[in-house]
Amino acid sequence: MAEVKLFGNWGSPFSCRIEIALKLKGVEYEFIEEDVYNDNKSPLLLKYNPVHKKIPVLLHNGKPICESVVILEYIDETWEGPSILPKDPYERAMARFWTRFLEEKCFPAMKQASWSTGEEQEKAKEEATELLKILEGTLSGKKFFGGDSIGIVDIVANFIAHWFIILQEITGLELLTQEKFPKLGQWLDDYLSCSIIKENLPPKDKLTASFQARIQAATTSK
Amino acid sequence: MEEVKLYGFGPSPFSYRVIWALKLKGVKYEYIEENLPMKSPKLLQHNPVHKKVPVLVHGGKPISESLVILEYIEETWPENPLLPKDAHEKAMARFWIRFAEDKYPTLNTFFRTVGQDQQLAIKEALKVLQILEDQALGNNKFFNGNTVGLVDISFGWLAYWFDCIEETAGAKIIKSNNLPRLHEWIKNFKQIPVIQENLPSRDKLLAYLKTKREKILSCIFIPNGH
Repeated sequence: MAEVKLFGNWGSPFSCRIEIALKLKGVEYEFIEEDVYNDNKSPLLLKYNPVHKKIPVLLHNGKPICESVVILEYIDETWEGPSILPKDPYERAMARFWTRFLEEKCFPAMKQASWSTGEEQEKAKEEATELLKILEGTLSGKKFFGGDSIGIVDIVANFIAHWFIILQEITGLELLTQEKFPKLGQWLDDYLSCSIIKENLPPKDKLTASFQARIQAATTSK
Repeated sequence: MEEVKLYGFGPSPFSYRVIWALKLKGVKYEYIEENLPMKSPKLLQHNPVHKKVPVLVHGGKPISESLVILEYIEETWPENPLLPKDAHEKAMARFWIRFAEDKYPTLNTFFRTVGQDQQLAIKEALKVLQILEDQALGNNKFFNGNTVGLVDISFGWLAYWFDCIEETAGAKIIKSNNLPRLHEWIKNFKQIPVIQENLPSRDKLLAYLKTKREKILSCIFIPNGH
């Protein structure tokens, strides 16, 4: 029986973050695919995450941990290997600050910019652009948000590097471009070149097809 | 020892989270009251991204976002620990701290609404509070167990601000008969000397909330012919 289990979904940026972290630390785990997008959640998932009923859930020695960023901190504290968070308390506070910024501001705005239409979309595009400007600023003099190597902020920013970029290609949105954001553009190249990232992102064609199906379903149901 | 400064705002429960953590750890600090909605140049310099309080400045380095500040305080001043040592228990504490943050708007919607909207908001707030009662608190005296911790501090506003918000909005949500354990936690939390000695004036808070609610309601469109 595997000591470490991860309840996730192939297309979820949230469970992807956990796979990146576990692989970084060299932790062996069993991945349990949850059919979340069809609202077909297993009894075990509902048992281990009764409050939110969401993936990812990490199960370690039978004990569940929920919420991707909480899991990332747990992984960093439990297993040896490359650090996910810095060691210095001030640097850790900065990492946590930017992680929250990504989660609470960037993710909702970029999601809205990708999926909404009309005036709502225009507003979301403006907001997303302002947020990207702030992110661009934080990369000054750094290869990754974590410095010379990827850290928690880079891991949590996975949705920008892969999911958002793919949606941009499908929808023709041009919010995040090399011209507008050269530092983020460079970060994208460096990030996607990291083997630990490359090997753990869902296949582009599969994700593209899944997004296209969702867009189709949304337009035909109107 | 490096200088510690806290930029805060009197009625803000978020500022008090930081005050309580600093006091529980016996950390000396200088408090600077921001005259919101006007923001001082220092505040804007220290928190250019969100332009909000609280901001902790330690040895000239600023940290923003109350829950980020709490973790920083815990790691910088390890005496009187406010988080469990066990990794899984610590993860559970962080889970509930996030829950406190995520559900803060839901627990406050009834303050911003009237009539049917308010009734709906109260129902939603009760669902959240029931989760706290059953799953977060359980049979413990505090969310952290026998002693207060960061989870209690994160929910601390429920022990004092919530009752003033209820009074201002004309609703009674947390009662001894519907949420007995949470009701008891409120009593216990307020009895802790550091908490008791570090709360805003009730009169001032009520006056502030009254003005705030009046402003919010004046923006709500009330249809004709009722």
